[in-house]
Amino acid sequence: MRNYIIRRTLNLLLVLFVVSILIFLLIRLAPGDPARVMAGEHASPEALAAMRKQWGLDKPLVEQYIIWLAHALRGDFGRSIQSHESVLRELLLRFPNTFELSLFAMIFAFLVGLPAGIVSAVKRYSIFDYGSMILALFGVSMPVFWLGIMLLLIFGIWLNWLPIGGRLSVYISLKPITHFYLIDSLIELNFPAFWDAIKHLILPSIALGTIPMAFIARITRSSMLDVLHQDYIRTARSKGLSESKIIRKHALRNALIPILTAAGTEFALLMGGAILTETVFSWPGIGTYIIQAVNARDYPAVQGSVIFVALLIAIVNLFVDIAYAYIDPRIHYK
Amino acid sequence: MRHYSFASDTMRSLRRNKAAMLGLIIIVLFVFMAIFADKIAPLNPLAQNLSNNLKPGFWAHNTKNLLGTDEFGRDLLSRIIFGSRISLTVGFIAVLIGVLLGATFGILAGFFGGWIDEVIMRTVDVMFSLPSILLAIVIVAVLGRGLDKAMIAIGITYAPQIARIVRSETLSVTNNEYVEAAKAIGTPSGTTMWKHILPNVLSPIIVYGTLSIGSAILDAAALGFLGLGAQPPTPEWGAMLADSFHSITGGYWWVETFPGIAIALTVLGFNLLGDGLRDAIDPRLRGKG
Repeated sequence: MRNYIIRRTLNLLLVLFVVSILIFLLIRLAPGDPARVMAGEHASPEALAAMRKQWGLDKPLVEQYIIWLAHALRGDFGRSIQSHESVLRELLLRFPNTFELSLFAMIFAFLVGLPAGIVSAVKRYSIFDYGSMILALFGVSMPVFWLGIMLLLIFGIWLNWLPIGGRLSVYISLKPITHFYLIDSLIELNFPAFWDAIKHLILPSIALGTIPMAFIARITRSSMLDVLHQDYIRTARSKGLSESKIIRKHALRNALIPILTAAGTEFALLMGGAILTETVFSWPGIGTYIIQAVNARDYPAVQGSVIFVALLIAIVNLFVDIAYAYIDPRIHYK
Repeated sequence: MRHYSFASDTMRSLRRNKAAMLGLIIIVLFVFMAIFADKIAPLNPLAQNLSNNLKPGFWAHNTKNLLGTDEFGRDLLSRIIFGSRISLTVGFIAVLIGVLLGATFGILAGFFGGWIDEVIMRTVDVMFSLPSILLAIVIVAVLGRGLDKAMIAIGITYAPQIARIVRSETLSVTNNEYVEAAKAIGTPSGTTMWKHILPNVLSPIIVYGTLSIGSAILDAAALGFLGLGAQPPTPEWGAMLADSFHSITGGYWWVETFPGIAIALTVLGFNLLGDGLRDAIDPRLRGKG
């Protein structure tokens, strides 16, 4: 197991290394002088000279990469052209926002997708089965941002039940400690803020969680169908176990492996969806940061964000891989 | 004895699949709409009429603008009809770019193996480690915004998956005797890949290509919505949603509803057909997922 974790971590580092090369080349591929690209269009000649010196832009490409990598390894992705702040600092400030949203989206996806998939498999070819599979198909065919807009229109504007954007209402004050608003409001025992933050989370989480939900429902259904035909299920039935116990103890546990694998890849999808959902709901997360950076041609910010997202996804996938071993004792990593 | 070809076999299996047929009908309708857009569209999709802006459609007995008008008074129905031209073209071309890149690199990796395989497949791994829309956004950041750049960006993001599939098919085809025979008589590598390997790896390319058109349309709409794809006043569905986004707070729901329905329906059509094609070509996958 330990060797496996070490091997997977090395693999993760390799992937990140190649990502870093691609992202480094990105700035060099962008039209124009790299110093100007990194310092912004309106940079003074002094700022350009400083930029050349700091990042070794007059040196050969390989040397430039080594300088850049040395900076990146220390967490220095440069300064944002727009805000002049450290890119890593800005990303870390926004990370809790995106994380909170993704977590809620994933909870929604599992809460709805898992039972829907199980019932579809157990009551195969029933109206429920067809209904939920058709809904799942619609779920993956819908643009995530459009679903967000529709939710916003119905629940935010027509029914006026939920807020239409942002993380907190303007009249609520909350001192950020961890920047996870739910946690911060609980620490401060600020229940109005807690409730307000939850209300702001509902619509974007549903919008972001719908596609993963549809995938989870489809995978749960097919995985459960595979398992339900196994001999040990027949054995469990023949010894007179109740159907609910068979499903909970025997079928679901074995069907979980492919569901979990999918959840790992779902995370990458989720990060992609977050960019769009955050734009619709004016959510101040990493997604909106990337879009603002791209629109402003803020290359250091784009570079830093992409590496940050790649690192997040790689870490999540590593955890998912390790979690297998705990769920399925048959898996032994050599 | 009757002879069944691969194509006729696939078609027969596809015809029995009602969902796939529904998908095909949806696609044919949208393709028809795209081809005859200038004949079907009731009005000019770009003609502005500011005195007639944000008017509701048939539900308010508006017979001139059946789906209402947008904030510049343009006819929504005509814009959606013309939009089908853009979305379908973008979907097809982006996937074509992805297929060309992916198939080329996949065959090269599978045929030559060794370090070529290593370099190509590690790059593929990396591209997989990023969400495709993020990758597309980054590519657009370098190339600049616009519909043509968006197509290239989306095409590039589809290449890794195709490369992976084609590589594994190539590996199994390369071990066949006819490929070894071709190598033995000294056929140049390029000719072997073109004449003996490519025709035998085509079916997964077709399936994956069809499945991808739907997502490519979604991605193009997403880039359009983010302002990185089609630029105004182009009637691209995603860009239409972005242009009128601020109007929904005024309750003008139609400007945000109908373009979205058009996207969802088209993508649904391709997903249904793609699933059916996959089942028809690869019986092992039947009933899964």
